[in-house]
Amino acid sequence: MTSEGADASRDDQPDSALAIAAAVRSGERTAASVVEVSLGAIAARDPELHAFLHVASDHARAAAAAIDETVRAGRDPGPLAGVPVALKDNLCTRGVPTTCASKILEGWRPPYDATVVTRLQDAGAVVVGKTNLDEFAMGSSTENSCKGPTRHPMDPTRVPGGSSGGSAAAVAAGLVPLGLGSDTGGSVRQPAALCGVVGVKPTYGVVSRYGLVAFASSLDQIGPLARSVADAAVLFEVIAGHDPLDSTSLDEPVPRVTRVLEAGVEGLRVGVCNELVEGTSPDVARRVREAAEDLAKAGALVEEVSVPEMRFGLSAYYLIAPAEASSNLARYDGVRYGLRVDAPDVAAMNTATRTAGFGAEVKRRIMLGTYALSAGYYDAYYAKAQRVRTLLIRAFERAYERLDVLLGATSPTTAFEIGERVVDPLAMYMSDVCTIPSNLSGHPAMSVPFGTGEDGLPVGVQVLAPALHEEPMFQVAAALERAAAARAAAVPGGEGRR
Amino acid sequence: MSEPKPLGRDDVAHVARLARLSLSEAELEMFTDQLARVVDHAGDIAALDVESVPPTAHPLPVRNVLRPDEPRPGLDRDEVLAAAPDSEAGRFKVPRIVGEAP
Repeated sequence: MTSEGADASRDDQPDSALAIAAAVRSGERTAASVVEVSLGAIAARDPELHAFLHVASDHARAAAAAIDETVRAGRDPGPLAGVPVALKDNLCTRGVPTTCASKILEGWRPPYDATVVTRLQDAGAVVVGKTNLDEFAMGSSTENSCKGPTRHPMDPTRVPGGSSGGSAAAVAAGLVPLGLGSDTGGSVRQPAALCGVVGVKPTYGVVSRYGLVAFASSLDQIGPLARSVADAAVLFEVIAGHDPLDSTSLDEPVPRVTRVLEAGVEGLRVGVCNELVEGTSPDVARRVREAAEDLAKAGALVEEVSVPEMRFGLSAYYLIAPAEASSNLARYDGVRYGLRVDAPDVAAMNTATRTAGFGAEVKRRIMLGTYALSAGYYDAYYAKAQRVRTLLIRAFERAYERLDVLLGATSPTTAFEIGERVVDPLAMYMSDVCTIPSNLSGHPAMSVPFGTGEDGLPVGVQVLAPALHEEPMFQVAAALERAAAARAAAVPGGEGRR
Repeated sequence: MSEPKPLGRDDVAHVARLARLSLSEAELEMFTDQLARVVDHAGDIAALDVESVPPTAHPLPVRNVLRPDEPRPGLDRDEVLAAAPDSEAGRFKVPRIVGEAP
């Protein structure tokens, strides 16, 4: 494995976030010129992709001009100076529409910024727009959007994954170097895997959820999407850290992931998790085994491990997440913001508004959650699911007694066809089977592109780590990125479809 | 604990009412079929004996989080009300809640 393999800045590739920030900081490029490149790429490509729900051209140009002024004045413009960023449209942006891809929030302009948005601005990043998602982040394909689906950048007949499919597609297509998504059951990692980019779900509580429109509060976590592990690492460090505005935010030092990327994996203990390989398609499973072989060659101590409790993850998740959603989405009542459908009294107005404002998947989850919490079923379903969650956390802890990280697939398959799974919610839910366990346990996990499947579309390998152990997770991810580049370089034309 | 009975059409109609959603006959049919399959899948954990395992409501051991009780500015009232479907005299305005409208 050579360090040359890690060099992603080839001439045919869009600029990395790190390269842009370095050029803007040194005055070699202006933030204004960088933002025009991004806005131009969006104008050229997005009519086909539909990754964006709103392009904030004026805001972006004003922000870029301010950064250029900071540079001219000799002040520090921040580590992401002039870097265009796309935000999933469930992150609140002051004065800029935030819809969650739902009719019920159409036209709403939040009166405040999410903490991650403030941190991005403080770091010099330029928000260029808001990206498509499954309504309220409920879905695995970005098809459940009231504005229509986002298309996969390499094959317009396929989904980009979801629910952060807009951000993943925008990053994969080179429209922006960085995106933010939210991951409740895999909604950053799964679209990252399907689109061939890096996607990170941090430890629960490491990134503030203030200003993230709530879906399932004990599972939701905001995470980076990027074209390289190094870019994802910088973005992670910018958005992570304690926030008094989120009472679940952890008051702990931020893992310094940018420092470990070149550290290698010598002596690290890696467990290939059976439950995250079995049941995936053969071409995906093969990539996971190749990734494990490459880590072993690089000096990691690789072994197989079983965490059998993971097989209850899907059931526990599809009780807990809808239960929390049914409670969180009670706020959409036609009173304080968004849609109101008039009716003679409040109860009828609430019902008319919610019936017209929510799409089918959101209604399914609200009803499922209401059922799981209702009298007579609470003990059988919701209370049991919370106990199963404890079992899963204990099982992870046992595995981590002798392992530093776990390895597995991110998604059981590569990108599937638009329309293929919408008629069968349970089949769609199965898309999340490899990613859900980390949300239930609160542990960090990330997806790294590692070759392609038989269809030539990207495969993601997932690295999982104990709480607050983002450092070894990124260390292994960086090694996998180098290994994937070395394999692609060894096979002529072996990088799949572009 | 006995196994819960399968989810049926009446259950879906009941939870839709609780959640303030109105369903057509066709939707009721479709949602009953789809939700029954998800609930059936969840039968694997409904059948588990986990009485001795404590529930997890929060994945990490965070204790009660309190901040100093100091006044600080909230959101601007007019800006917030501007986002509401209807408002009057600095308040959210809604249709009548009980009885006749004044």
